[in-house]
Amino acid sequence: MATRMDLSPNQVVRLAQVGDGPSTERLLTSDAIWMCAGCLTCTQRCPKKLDPAAIMDVLRELSSEGGKVSGHQQQILKFHRSFLDSVEQTGRMQELLLVAFYKMRTLDLFSDVMLGPAMLARGKLPLIPSRIRGYQEVQRIFDSCRKRPSAQGDSR
Amino acid sequence: MNTIGYYPGCSLHGGGRELDMSIRAISVVAGVVLKEIDDWSCCGATAAHSLNHDLAVSLPQRVLALAEAQGFRQVLAPCAACFSRLKGTHVRLQRSEALAQKTRRITGLEYRGTLEIVNVVEYANRLLTDGLDRKLSQPLRGLKVAAYYGCLLSRGEGIIENEDPEDPKGMDAVLRASGVEVVPWSHSIECCGAGFSMSLTDAVLDLSRDILAQAQAAGAQAIVTGCPMCHSNLDMRQQKINSRGLGSFDMPIMYLSELIGLAAGLTPESLGLDRHFVDAMRVAGRNR
Repeated sequence: MATRMDLSPNQVVRLAQVGDGPSTERLLTSDAIWMCAGCLTCTQRCPKKLDPAAIMDVLRELSSEGGKVSGHQQQILKFHRSFLDSVEQTGRMQELLLVAFYKMRTLDLFSDVMLGPAMLARGKLPLIPSRIRGYQEVQRIFDSCRKRPSAQGDSR
Repeated sequence: MNTIGYYPGCSLHGGGRELDMSIRAISVVAGVVLKEIDDWSCCGATAAHSLNHDLAVSLPQRVLALAEAQGFRQVLAPCAACFSRLKGTHVRLQRSEALAQKTRRITGLEYRGTLEIVNVVEYANRLLTDGLDRKLSQPLRGLKVAAYYGCLLSRGEGIIENEDPEDPKGMDAVLRASGVEVVPWSHSIECCGAGFSMSLTDAVLDLSRDILAQAQAAGAQAIVTGCPMCHSNLDMRQQKINSRGLGSFDMPIMYLSELIGLAAGLTPESLGLDRHFVDAMRVAGRNR
């Protein structure tokens, strides 16, 4: 993914080291932190033995909490949130719920619509989402991990 | 290892169903009982570690704590992403008592760190050394494959062990025992675009195209993976890669456990081969 990023992983680390106002702003509004797939290549190969992949995680958290997510990358944030919504409501990720939440958020209703029936035909899309018994335990975990009641900025 | 805890993870109930089917099938052949962790929940995957650090550790910790309390010593997590999250959490909780305490407060559950978490490549190798090799009576002679590890079966400090992260070889012995020829190639540890299949589709199509093209150039007739996300990007998205004009591929994408199952003489349907997007049934029948 690095070749598609607006900042390379080593530039991300350098800006984090500089850490002044403009550098932080550049980082938190960058495309790069959202385009990171967590492939760990940068961490594996870092000649200074740093962990850029973990730094990206922190930056994403700060960026979404601060409402600074790049306009280009909103769909990635929406995907992550849709994934977690499914987990919060049922205890597990359910593809049908994930896709439904994602399409509601993005209003991109028509891309890949034919994949649904194709997955269904292959027995890969359970139609009735089921909850685990302990789904309320999972909801409590989500509640405890939410820092500020869905505060600032970016729209959910 | 006659009974082992089983964490299928969410994908294996949906898009990654063949991995679940084939893992269960080869376990039966090997005489290993997979016992599902009762009431397991999602590991949080990329979404949790992208948005909330506490959640990224707490969700896997619930799973680990349940498995431990249910008396398991070992847990098999066939999905590469689940494995990476579960074992990564295990390692981090071992290294930081402060994090362990905080996580305990969040989940209300204790994890003492006694589990051994096993991925699909490690599991296959163990089955092999425990006698499965003698049951692979129908080797897939003449099949050339590219062994594809992607990110989470090759990298992760303290998570992937006994493997060269730049040139992993963990699948080789199992594939050879299945009669398969493993071709050398360039893209065994490149990223396929992972969880961006919906949110950054173009990137996934490009990255997966490169992997398909390099496997083809190396003379592979199939790509072998252990990750349901890689499988989905390479198999389900292959049609879109072709229709976008990025190539004209017709490359079956096989799970490691499917090839082992075929070599053990199991029917392709029982392993889920008829559920692939790119025809995988042609890979079966080579051994008959």
